[in-house]
Amino acid sequence: MYKYNEFDEAFLAERNAQFRAQVERRIDGSLTEDEFKPLRLMNGVYLQLHAYMLRVAVPYGTLNPNQMRTLALLAEKWDKGYGHFTTRQNIQYNWPKLRDLPDMLDALGEVGLHAIQTSGNTIRNTTADHFAGAAADELTDPRPYAELIRQWSTDHPEFQFLGRKFKIAITGSSADRAVIKAHDVGLQVVEQDGKIGFKVIVGGGLGRTPMIGQVLREFLPQADLLPYLESVLTVYNVLGRRDNKYKARIKITVSENGIDTYRAMTEEAFMAIRGQYDGTDQQLLEEIKTHFQAPEFRSAPTDAFDAAYANDPVFRAWADTNLAEHRADGHAIATISIKAHGATPGDASAEQMRVMADLAEQYGYGELRISHQQNVILPHVHKNDLPAIHATLKANGLATANIGLISDIIACPGMDYCALATARSIPVAQEIATRFDELKMEHDIGHLQIKISGCINACGHHHVAHIGILGLDRAGVENYQITLGGDATETAAIGTRTGPGFAYDEIVPAVERIVEVYMAQRESAEETFLETYRRIGMEPFKAALYPEAQKKVA
Amino acid sequence: MARAFTPKVITANDLLEGDVIYFTAEDTWTRELSEAELITDEADAQLRLLEAEKQNIKIVGAYLADAKAGPNGPEPTHFREEFRRTGPSNYFHGKQEAQANV
Repeated sequence: MYKYNEFDEAFLAERNAQFRAQVERRIDGSLTEDEFKPLRLMNGVYLQLHAYMLRVAVPYGTLNPNQMRTLALLAEKWDKGYGHFTTRQNIQYNWPKLRDLPDMLDALGEVGLHAIQTSGNTIRNTTADHFAGAAADELTDPRPYAELIRQWSTDHPEFQFLGRKFKIAITGSSADRAVIKAHDVGLQVVEQDGKIGFKVIVGGGLGRTPMIGQVLREFLPQADLLPYLESVLTVYNVLGRRDNKYKARIKITVSENGIDTYRAMTEEAFMAIRGQYDGTDQQLLEEIKTHFQAPEFRSAPTDAFDAAYANDPVFRAWADTNLAEHRADGHAIATISIKAHGATPGDASAEQMRVMADLAEQYGYGELRISHQQNVILPHVHKNDLPAIHATLKANGLATANIGLISDIIACPGMDYCALATARSIPVAQEIATRFDELKMEHDIGHLQIKISGCINACGHHHVAHIGILGLDRAGVENYQITLGGDATETAAIGTRTGPGFAYDEIVPAVERIVEVYMAQRESAEETFLETYRRIGMEPFKAALYPEAQKKVA
Repeated sequence: MARAFTPKVITANDLLEGDVIYFTAEDTWTRELSEAELITDEADAQLRLLEAEKQNIKIVGAYLADAKAGPNGPEPTHFREEFRRTGPSNYFHGKQEAQANV
C-alpha cells in the first residue's frame, strides 16, 4: 500500500502545525468561531451534540496494522475507548477535546493518516471497493487511481470552496460494492481494446433529492483521468448553484442542465485542460502503482479449513456468510462484522482494533480494509488460517456471522451524536438486530440490507436499502418512514416509500411485518427479499403495514 | 392575538470541552439545564442571547432553546434538548456519565 514520501510527510506536518496554531489562536481569542469554523472543518473537526467530533479518512478504505493500532491509540488516549467507522470509509471519534485535537492529528500523521478534507465543500475521501486488490471478479486494483485522485485533490486551490461537498467512489469490478452510482462522480475501471480506462458516472447522490448517477463517458483512457475530473469539477464550480444549499450538489446541476449539456461543457473544458497535463501525473501514477503490488500469495493445502468447515457448525456458519471469493488459489476475503447483535453498527473498541491489526499482521499480508457497510475486512487470508482467525475473533466479540443479513445494518450516528439529525438511528438498528437474533430467523431470511438514516441527508444510505428507514421529527416526536426496493449495487435503484411513517416503538414491529410478507411470499429460499419485492411489488407489503387503510378501501 | 411566547433557555457548547452548557441568570455558564435561566419574555430573550454571545471567547454556537418550568428548574420540551442534557442512548456517556460520577 501507499507509503508517504518526504514531500507527503512534510506537507502533512506543516498542515498539522498550522492547525495547532489555529487552535491556539481560537483559544486565546485571536480567532472568532466564524473564522475558526472553516479551518477546523478543513481538518475534520466538527462540533456535534455532546462534544467535538474528529473524522479521520481511511483513504480508499485501506489500512495497515500500524495505522489500525494508531486508530486504537487515539480511541484510548483521547476518546472513550472506541471509534465509529462510517459509510464513507472514515472513522469518527465522538469525544475529543479541542486542546487534544492537534496531538491526535500529529499521532495520525506519524502513520500516514489525516483528516484533511473529511469535511467542508471540498473533494472528500475517495472511497473504493472494499475488496479492491483481492476480489476474484476484479479487472484491476482501483486503489492506485484513488491515491492519484487523493494527491491531486488534496489542497487543490481551485476546489477548496466548491458550491457543496464532492464525493468520488471507484471500483475495479463490474459488481459494484462501492455504490458508485450514488456518488457525485463514480468511476468504474473498464477495459477497451486491451487498454485500461474508466466508465465515468456523474450526478448520483442520496440526501433530500436522491438520484442515480448517469454515464458521462463510456470510456475514458487512463491517461485522461485527472484532466477529465478537473473538467467535470470546473464545470460544476461554474455552473453549480450557490443560491440554495439544497440545490448545490452536482446531481442538481446535471439534472437541471441535462446530461448532454453537462457532457458537452465537460468535453469543451477538457480540450483546454488536457494540454496542461504534461505526463507528470502518469509518471506519478506508475510510481504509485508500485506501492500496490499484490503480495506473494502462498501456495498451501486447505486441509485445516476443510476439516473445520466439515466439523464445526459455528465456523461453517461464519464461513458461509463472512467469506468472499479471492482471486488467488487457496485464499479468501474475510469480513469481520463489527455489528454484533445489539451493538452499535460500525463501532470497534481499541482492543478490538488491536486484535484486528494483529490478525492482519500475522495472517493477512499486513492489510486491512474498511467497508462503507461499516465492517472491517481482512482482504487476503489463506483458507488454512481461517480456523485460527475465527477462534481469535470469537474470543474478542468479532465473530458475528451476519454479513449481508438482516442484522448487518448500516446506521448513521443519528440524534445520539449528530447535530443535524432529526431522530435516532443507532437504537433502531440495535433493536432490529436483537429482535431477529431472538427469532433465530436471519440465516433463513437470507440476504437483506437494512439501512437507517437519522435525517434527510441520508448518511445511512436508506434510499438504496432493501428496507430503508428514515428518522424524522414530526411535531416534536421521532417518526420513521420506510422505503422498500432500493439497491446499492450495479443495478442501483432508489427505494419507494411505503406510506405514512411509524413511531419509535412501532418501527421494529413494522420491519417484522415486512419480513413476514417476504417469508410468506417468496417462491423459494433462494429468492431474496429484493427479488421477491421486484416480483410482487409494493401492495402486499402495504397491506401488512397499513391494515386500517386497507379496510377503508374495502 | 399573537401566539404565546414559549419560554427559552440559552444553550451552547463549551469551547474547550465541547460539552453542552447553559446560561444562568448570573451571566455564567452551567452544565445543568435545571440551573439555567428560564426566559419568559420574548424581547428579553434576544437581549439575553446578545449578553451570552459576549462570552464567545469560551463558548460556541449559543442559541435559544424551547424549555418549560419544572419543579427543579427548566426542563426540555423537545427530545433533541433531552438528548443534549443527557447523552447518547447507546452508551452511558456524556452528561449522564458525569452525573453518575458526582
